[in-house]
Amino acid sequence: MSIQDVYDAVVEFDIDKVVTLVNAEVASGTDVSDLLSNGLIGAMDEVGQRYSEGEFFVPEMLMAAKAMKAGLEVLKPLLSQGASEKKGTIIIGTVKGDLHDIGKNLVSMMMEGAGFEVYDLGVDVDTEKFLTTAKEKNADIICMSALLTTTMPFMEVTVNAIREQGLSFKTMVGGAPVSEDFAKKIGADGWSTDGPGAVETARRLTAK
Amino acid sequence: MLVVGELINASRKAVGEAIKAQDADYIKQVAKEEHEAGADFIDVNAGIFVGKEPEYLQWLVKTVQEAVDAPCCIDSPDPKAIEAALSVHKGIAMINSISLEKERYDALIPVVAGTDLKVVALCMSDEGMPETMDARLKIAEKLINGLVKNNVPLENIYVDPLVQPVSTNSTFAVEFINSVEAIMTRFKGVHTICGLSNVSYGLPVRKFMNHAFAIMAIGKGLDGLIINPLDKMMMASLVTAEALAGRDDYCVNYLKAFRNKQFDFLG
Repeated sequence: MSIQDVYDAVVEFDIDKVVTLVNAEVASGTDVSDLLSNGLIGAMDEVGQRYSEGEFFVPEMLMAAKAMKAGLEVLKPLLSQGASEKKGTIIIGTVKGDLHDIGKNLVSMMMEGAGFEVYDLGVDVDTEKFLTTAKEKNADIICMSALLTTTMPFMEVTVNAIREQGLSFKTMVGGAPVSEDFAKKIGADGWSTDGPGAVETARRLTAK
Repeated sequence: MLVVGELINASRKAVGEAIKAQDADYIKQVAKEEHEAGADFIDVNAGIFVGKEPEYLQWLVKTVQEAVDAPCCIDSPDPKAIEAALSVHKGIAMINSISLEKERYDALIPVVAGTDLKVVALCMSDEGMPETMDARLKIAEKLINGLVKNNVPLENIYVDPLVQPVSTNSTFAVEFINSVEAIMTRFKGVHTICGLSNVSYGLPVRKFMNHAFAIMAIGKGLDGLIINPLDKMMMASLVTAEALAGRDDYCVNYLKAFRNKQFDFLG
């Protein structure tokens, strides 16, 4: 029994096994943040990588995330007792006028899997809601998703509002029609084509 | 089965470049291929060109109809772009699409009211994307009633129940398929239509899954598809599925397809 077993159980999408193993590790006194970083988060990184490489597919990512989350639930009460290292806080949503949420949900899930504190505002989110929540939660990054070329301009509205109000939130954009050129043009800090890429970008943006 | 050829879509790289370069020959060639392969309508989409969509959509309609004697399916949510395209369109066009999202609905009703246009009615509302059959039926009913009240005859309405990926929720495909059946049963005379590729998002061997999904939906009454008509296996599958679904008396269309060598790709 070891952290590696927890890791393997996540990569094998075995929820029950993850919960049992995490409980056992906690009982035997394994360092909780080690268990989180190297067991659960490390495993999700591997799942993300295998997804990017075309070896894993969306349903498998969902299963792995569910297993990871189940393990995280066991650790949560223990983590808040000690001063756990926060990876960063993320506000995420699909922009105003756009109701497509599948890509956004995948990114949201991968961010959680990477240990970020994620506030998912759902779909049709306007600039004010993004900013209010970001201030309230003292967020590091605002992540915006759009599937429609007609709703993409709302990303720029939010990026501009952050600049005009002199706020320090970083921004990330994504979604089928979003390109690196577009992200640069509107002045977003990061962009990505998929969930694992978004995690990598968010880590880069929050690195101190 | 009504087939809308989906290839002239600006989000496909070659088509987007052809539109930008105003390369009429390329667009005409694609339109011809689609028409010859059996497309009843030629979809035209210039959605990636923010600001220029009306101009480009109009150009696409003109260009396509110079090449083929077929109507277009005008693929845009923007009434200005649709009006521009319609102003040069010959015959009866299809509009793809109106939805129950308030802004889109209010903008498009005046365009289609009292016309002979065929209208795709997408099951989407301001409350989001419907996931269950019940949610889809509620939206479909409101859309159909609204269109009929505005003098769009039932037989010109093509309800798109909204395909969602089965990779993210294992009930998504079956809820769609059941919706097709419920809509076709409850609103006799209306049509149903959809694209396919969303169903297989996030999974391997997508083409194969799209095929199986199309066949299952046809079995429940689906009578319109927005597809790549150059996909021979797909086109042959449609005819076959319709015969198996009991909508091809004496297998007339199936046999016609056979004599037209539509099954020859099987070797």
